[in-house]
Amino acid sequence: MKATVSVRPKPGILDPQGEAVRGSLQHLGFDVTETRVGRLVELELAATDAEAARQEVERMCEQLLANPLIETFEIEIVP
Amino acid sequence: MTAAARAPRPAIAVVTFPGSNDDRDAVHAFDLLGADARLVWHAEEELPQVDAVVLPGGFSYGDYLRCGAIARFAPVMRAVASFAADGGPVLGICNGFQVLCEAGLLPGALRPNASLSFVCRDVPLRVENASTPFTSRCEPGQRLVIPVKHGEGCWTYPEEDLPTLEAAGQIVLRYDEGANPNGSLANVAAVAGPEGNVMGLMPHPEHAVDPLLGSTDGCLILGSLVDAARARMAVAA
Repeated sequence: MKATVSVRPKPGILDPQGEAVRGSLQHLGFDVTETRVGRLVELELAATDAEAARQEVERMCEQLLANPLIETFEIEIVP
Repeated sequence: MTAAARAPRPAIAVVTFPGSNDDRDAVHAFDLLGADARLVWHAEEELPQVDAVVLPGGFSYGDYLRCGAIARFAPVMRAVASFAADGGPVLGICNGFQVLCEAGLLPGALRPNASLSFVCRDVPLRVENASTPFTSRCEPGQRLVIPVKHGEGCWTYPEEDLPTLEAAGQIVLRYDEGANPNGSLANVAAVAGPEGNVMGLMPHPEHAVDPLLGSTDGCLILGSLVDAARARMAVAA
């Protein structure tokens, strides 16, 4: 089973990386008012049950993949 | 022989993670300041008999994921947490600060510098709390100049909770107004844990211990820690 975790900077948290990317996009002529840059983690899991897999990935996020003070995470399970 | 040279030399552990690069500078600084610092490899499960612990600067685990996020799971960190829980003084410098935040031993988190640029320069600081094991040789409000060199030193914390930390004396050092090198909340440069025996700072006191390098203000920070370690050694004896 595969899982995809999207980790994003929390709303309100300064994201200088996103700011820099937005600046470059504007420089290229694109009309972008905000850019936020996060991180994508792809996991290959041994679990066969989707719900069990989701719970396991949630624990991974809480313990390591995301820092709850500054980031949010979203889990997608791909059976 | 000076009084300092006659004083007993406390033992200080300096942890080396894969990617630490200021561990030897820290050992050198403590040697100058009258302590016996020894390097402890991150894979050790136990700390040797020491009176203080330092997590040095560097780029542990290549700063993968988030700075300090992987290092906090190093075997030695369990021993460091027990040492801190027992009241032992623990200092995190730069990457060590990031590790302590990720480990939950210090409040907040460190984000990429607001400028997105790596900064490497002397910064002026103000001592906000001079009654910690890391600032006891300073005066309240004293001005210090200590270099920083980091890409992710923007200390972040829920703004509405900041007054609680301030009231508890946990904000120990601030950058001078207008001299904040990374955009940290409220110009915070050093923050302590709730018990006061754990502190992290982005500036590098171990790089400011020799007049040849422009400032010896780092001696006030590290010397305070040597005093605290010596006091702990005396209690244990």
